[in-house]
Amino acid sequence: MMSEFAFQFLLTLDATLRVATPLILCAMAGIFSERSGIIDISLEGKLLMGAFVAATVASLSGSVWLGAICAIASCVVLALIHGFACITHRGNQVVSGLAINMLASGLTVTVGIALFRQGGQTPPLGNTERFRPVEWWFVDALDAIPVIGPIYRELISNHNILVYVALVMVPVTALLLYKTRFGLRLRAVGEVPEAVDSAGVSVTWLRYRAVILTGLFCGLAGAYLSTAQGAGFVREMSAGKGYIALAAVIFGNWRPVPVLLACLLFGFLEAASTRLQGIDIPLIGEAPTQLMLALPYIMTVLLLAGFVGKSTPPTAIGEPYQK
Amino acid sequence: MQNILRIIVVGIFAMLSGTAWAEEFKPAVVYDMGGKFDKSFNEGVYNGIKRFEEETGVKVMDFEVTNETQREQAMQRMAKRGATVILGVGFAQADAINKVAAEHPDKKFAIIDVSWLDQPNLRQYAFKEHEGSYLVGMAAALASKTGKVGFVGGMDIPLIRAFACGYVQGVKKVKADMDVLQNMTGTTPAAWNNPGKGAELAQSQIDRGADVIYQAAGGTGIGVIRAAADAGKFSIGVDSNQNHLAPGSVLTSMLKRVDVAAYETMKDAMSGKFDTGVRSLGLAEDGVGWALDEHNAKLITDDMKAKIEAASADIVAGKITVHDYRSDSSCPN
Repeated sequence: MMSEFAFQFLLTLDATLRVATPLILCAMAGIFSERSGIIDISLEGKLLMGAFVAATVASLSGSVWLGAICAIASCVVLALIHGFACITHRGNQVVSGLAINMLASGLTVTVGIALFRQGGQTPPLGNTERFRPVEWWFVDALDAIPVIGPIYRELISNHNILVYVALVMVPVTALLLYKTRFGLRLRAVGEVPEAVDSAGVSVTWLRYRAVILTGLFCGLAGAYLSTAQGAGFVREMSAGKGYIALAAVIFGNWRPVPVLLACLLFGFLEAASTRLQGIDIPLIGEAPTQLMLALPYIMTVLLLAGFVGKSTPPTAIGEPYQK
Repeated sequence: MQNILRIIVVGIFAMLSGTAWAEEFKPAVVYDMGGKFDKSFNEGVYNGIKRFEEETGVKVMDFEVTNETQREQAMQRMAKRGATVILGVGFAQADAINKVAAEHPDKKFAIIDVSWLDQPNLRQYAFKEHEGSYLVGMAAALASKTGKVGFVGGMDIPLIRAFACGYVQGVKKVKADMDVLQNMTGTTPAAWNNPGKGAELAQSQIDRGADVIYQAAGGTGIGVIRAAADAGKFSIGVDSNQNHLAPGSVLTSMLKRVDVAAYETMKDAMSGKFDTGVRSLGLAEDGVGWALDEHNAKLITDDMKAKIEAASADIVAGKITVHDYRSDSSCPN
């Protein structure tokens, strides 16, 4: 009984990784943009656009990699639009982000209907048009070993490549931000852009590079949704993940590792609530579906209120820079 | 003088016949979000309309709604363009058709998947989804090797509970002690379009031992079908025939014959037999059913087919009564 419980727990952790992957990629995207001083609520729209373009190109060309590359390209274009509005023209960053979300929501469905005539969906993708789980070495050999065998098989091996990419991107983001000259300037431009400017570095160009990185990461997240986790695009399939990722950025205080933990926490709560639906809990009995569905949000509020200290956003965030 | 009088009389007749001509049969349909080629609900309606057009040669005006605000506008426009019968598709159009039907008492209206409105010129179609779900529940229980089957619903509303309840009754008919795992995707309309969550819910049921999963969740269900196919398990389609989405993995589909409703509406309106009120289509009326085609022929054994067809006949004959969750908001099992 105990080992059955342990095994179910292990499978929940496995599901956590799958659910958290798009959150992690989007949240890293958000870190770059927000650390440079650009609020980005359009993570949601970019995620949706990336998912649509990835599935569409994969379906038309048969190549999942081409799909992912085009998804990245489309998200970079959206990011540049956001940049053009907020950096070059010093527009309101929230309004611009909202506009991009609406654009993505409408454009994906309209183009989808025009291309495939399936109510805004893409045709279901075949196995060659998707990122499939990668089985690691020695899975069968290690299987005989208790504890390690199942953990290796379920938790570490057998994910698709984008799950690993997302995990690798966290240290990459941290290195970029804290160990490179670019990262130092990026952080500075989000705190005191005047200082960066007086040092002779272009604030505009730095911020543009930040939003381009945001687009790149969002494109990967979108490709994950439609060509790795799913098998095709469905309208509005981002389902608020971009906003949750943004919450994770704030939750994790705009720092890569705490943000990763926040994403994993959201993922775990979602995976757990899925598995607790309709199950008899000792003493309480079967909890109502609505309560289980609300659980991740309730826990988030409790954790935010109880455990996270004061969040300190980048000082210059949301403020267009004027010389 | 007489000639002038004659011309005037002829002119009046021409005008009268002109107005009579304008009131000729002019049908219209307002498809809901998804559009008429959505490979699902709307396309079912479109197939019925297409059959009507081919048989009678009458052209049916149509409009495809792409956002919530267009529903009422589209119906108003159809009414202004002289439509004599307007068909609305799906419960989401209920409020719009309720309002427009009240404003145009001289026109006929019909709506699919609604049964609670009260307008003297409105026909409403409800389906006995619980009966169709009962049959696919039997199929699931007969195909299951683990003794556990699953259900994934979209938004948690009584309609979807009725799907689940009929399914459970069918499963228990085959094997009374079988476990049915049930999950709902959410409590907002976003639950219809979340294939990622659908896949996770299906995976969680597979992890707990389910090997056949029935979904009634719109776009979310695509994720369920995909997850079952990836894991080498069975899924069951819904509304339209979804067997082709993952041949060999989709065990069968619970069919809701919206095409029958659409065809019947147009046909009755044309022949003057259009009566209003609620029409409930079940197995007896050929309004629901289960799908057997080349994609799942190998999955359904002769024994399964015989048992399901026997139960279907029993339901039609009234020997088996499938409990409808919506009648008392509870499920006997």
